Amino acid sequence: MKGKQLLKIHIFADPDRLCLARATVRRAAQLVGCDEDLVDKLVLAVNEACMNVIQHAYKGDATGEIILEIHNNEDSIVFRLEDHAEPVDLESVKPRDLDDLRPGGLGTHFIREIMDEYNMGHLEAGTGNYLEMIKKINK
Amino acid sequence: MEINSREEGGYAILELIGEVDLSCSPEARKRILSCLSAGHNLLIDLSRVTYIDSSGVASLVEGYQTAKKQNLKFGLVGVSQAAMSVFRLARLDKVFPIYASVTERLSADE
Repeated sequence: MKGKQLLKIHIFADPDRLCLARATVRRAAQLVGCDEDLVDKLVLAVNEACMNVIQHAYKGDATGEIILEIHNNEDSIVFRLEDHAEPVDLESVKPRDLDDLRPGGLGTHFIREIMDEYNMGHLEAGTGNYLEMIKKINK
Repeated sequence: MEINSREEGGYAILELIGEVDLSCSPEARKRILSCLSAGHNLLIDLSRVTYIDSSGVASLVEGYQTAKKQNLKFGLVGVSQAAMSVFRLARLDKVFPIYASVTERLSADE
């Protein structure tokens, strides 16, 4: 991941800790000059990504660890999440059709709508997963 | 998140206050479904919601669909800007019955 590292935090995969990730993302996005509308969207996208880790990677095990790194380049802000859960089936992580009205399945749609680019995969040692999300910033 | 509840004009009214995320959306879901299973028409006041994520939205979708199945009236009232921008991203702003206020919804019944 290129660019200047703004921060790296480790949080438990506990729904009660999501507010910490949101507060961190909010301040980082403000720091690099995102407008408030974009700040709100980035907070939502990263929150959704953390939720996916909690629900689908760690399957509710709140002792799992999520590592959130935020970098910024000249024209973008980059969010990288890593976990140490079992490798997830990447094919199953897909946004749902919005015409199919049902509870759930919106998180990946939000990430896709908000970010300019996102990539996910398994960590090299096969002991976890990563998700990298990139958003261009117009200053 | 806090939840206030009251009854008015033949509706149960649930007011969600603060951040509705995965840490509390199961409670919101439970309260919504409990009102509907008791046979109440339901309005959910979102005017003081400062943040809502997909788990909170899912609780509202489930409530909306459950009410429909049970022929109960359901609506969202006073939707905050924070909640509305999430509904727009999910294209749900055209799906949910949304009213400016409880008074507006009750007037529509008269």
